Amino acid sequence: MTGAAAGMIRLEGIARHFRMGDQEVRALDGVDLAIDAGEYVSIMGPSGSGKSTLLNVLGLLDRPDAGRYLLDGADVAALSEPAQAQVRRTRIGFVFQSFHLVARLTAFENIELPLVLEGIAPAERRRRVEAALGAIGLAERAHHTPNELSGGQRQRVAIARATILQPAVLLADEPTGNLDHRTGAEVVAVLEDLQRRGTTLIVVTHDRELGARAQRRIAMRDGRVVGDER
Amino acid sequence: MKLRDTLALSLASIASTRTRSLLIVLAMALGVGAVVVLTALGEGARRYVVDQFASLGTNLVIVLPGRAETSGGLVGAALGQTPRDLTLDDAHAIGQLPGVRRHAPLNVGAAELASGGRLREVTVLGGNAELLPIRHMSLSRGRFTAGSGQIVLGRVIAQEFFPDGSAVGQRVRLGDRRFRVSGVLSEQGESMGFNTDEVVIVPVEDAQALFNTETLFRILIEADSRAAIEPVKRATIRLLTLRHDGEEDVTVITQDAVLATFDRILGALTLAVAGIAAISLAVAGILVMNVMLVAVAQRTAEIGLLKAIGAPSADVRRLFFAEALWLSLAGGALGFAIGQLGSWGLRLAYPALPAWPPVWASAAGIATALVTGVLASLGPAARAARLDPVRALSGK
Repeated sequence: MTGAAAGMIRLEGIARHFRMGDQEVRALDGVDLAIDAGEYVSIMGPSGSGKSTLLNVLGLLDRPDAGRYLLDGADVAALSEPAQAQVRRTRIGFVFQSFHLVARLTAFENIELPLVLEGIAPAERRRRVEAALGAIGLAERAHHTPNELSGGQRQRVAIARATILQPAVLLADEPTGNLDHRTGAEVVAVLEDLQRRGTTLIVVTHDRELGARAQRRIAMRDGRVVGDER
Repeated sequence: MKLRDTLALSLASIASTRTRSLLIVLAMALGVGAVVVLTALGEGARRYVVDQFASLGTNLVIVLPGRAETSGGLVGAALGQTPRDLTLDDAHAIGQLPGVRRHAPLNVGAAELASGGRLREVTVLGGNAELLPIRHMSLSRGRFTAGSGQIVLGRVIAQEFFPDGSAVGQRVRLGDRRFRVSGVLSEQGESMGFNTDEVVIVPVEDAQALFNTETLFRILIEADSRAAIEPVKRATIRLLTLRHDGEEDVTVITQDAVLATFDRILGALTLAVAGIAAISLAVAGILVMNVMLVAVAQRTAEIGLLKAIGAPSADVRRLFFAEALWLSLAGGALGFAIGQLGSWGLRLAYPALPAWPPVWASAAGIATALVTGVLASLGPAARAARLDPVRALSGK
């Protein structure tokens, strides 16, 4: 449909159904989508259109009930649980609306988590985390807990954590939803900077202004892709 | 995820919920401490009894007149035979048996002791010079060679009759006979309910004359070694049966057998007490499970996040498992300390009771703490690992 013959991400007939009481909700109802490496994509649509579910499927946080999900040509939906965890850890970064930092860990430790999970030695972890903290301008706040950081700073820490293992894809679910206009703009700048350096950026948002910044804008309604502009 | 990081991360999460962790460690510690203290108590009681028996004498074989049988006890009576009494000649003959180091005939009775206007009823032991070493009794003054007319006074008796400490060499009257005090027993205290501080000891011949009897109450035998106890027992029965016209009419008991019985009873008691303590430990384990379940519920979002950033289920499971391990380890160690402290307190309060906790109890206590703690964590850990990242993240 987009003409991208060998997209990095290919979704084929992805469906996801939920049961609410005795009613079946089709959160995703046969989504076909191909996204190339390095693209900047926004996904917009009203509440319940399935855009967050789509992002969760892309991030391997949710399993589709039907369809195929190819990442670099491999069917990742069919992978084993540990293998999927590996993909989440190294190839996909996820940024959430409510940051999801671990409250009892410092900024440094939060960013360090994926490196710990990956089994990287402490010295190397320190070097990489310090570099990441410098890149988001929070070197001074390394040993503050999330409670001691502002919203914008928290989201920047969350982005650093999502990208510390240099994933090819960065998924952001309403990344500015909990931020005021100015700090939201700062966060968007960080995300777009990453995209300019080659990361594929997919942003789910309500915010028309943010959505319009993307080079490719996908519109969703009732679990289907209803618009795809470049 | 590296093991070191798993341990560090789980430790950090324990530290972040200080009160909860402290309470669970305390519950665990009390369980382990209870095991250690209670077994120390049981073990102390067992050792106390064993020591008491040991104070009776070493490798002791005791001959009693009459056959102690629960069945066929009337056979002798039915045949018109009465059991023969033990005599001094029997005792002398036993003294010749191989494997017998010492032997002492024993007579027991009560008589009136009088001296210098004082008068009291005393328990009289009649024996030979070997009686004291066999029964592990010692003299604080004088000596006892069992020469005719010699008498040894118990410590309390000597004090009552001769408060100035001049007992040795004094003349006393026991029943209708005259004796000269040849020695005073040192303090022995209570030994199997028999207060040797308030007895007097005279030569067995004098005792027999005093009580107008030819018979003996007991013959005490000290075997050469522990291994010689059984052969000596059999030889004694054979000898006395021969001497008593082929009639086995004595009972021979070994201190070993009595001791072994007590040992078994008290050993069982210790186990029972340990069992009770183990139940309290199991309760502590269930408590660990409860707390771990609550921890999983409280940290649902965190687990979801860990999975979202790429933690495999196995890592999440290991994290919770490690947390339980830390808690159990701390509980076990603290409980061991509490147990040792409690046992020390027991020994301080009751110096007579050797309340040392047995090593196996401490080891079992700590091991049970670890096993229950870890087992209790398996369920919650598996539950945490199974959580769906999307639902977990949204805190559902």
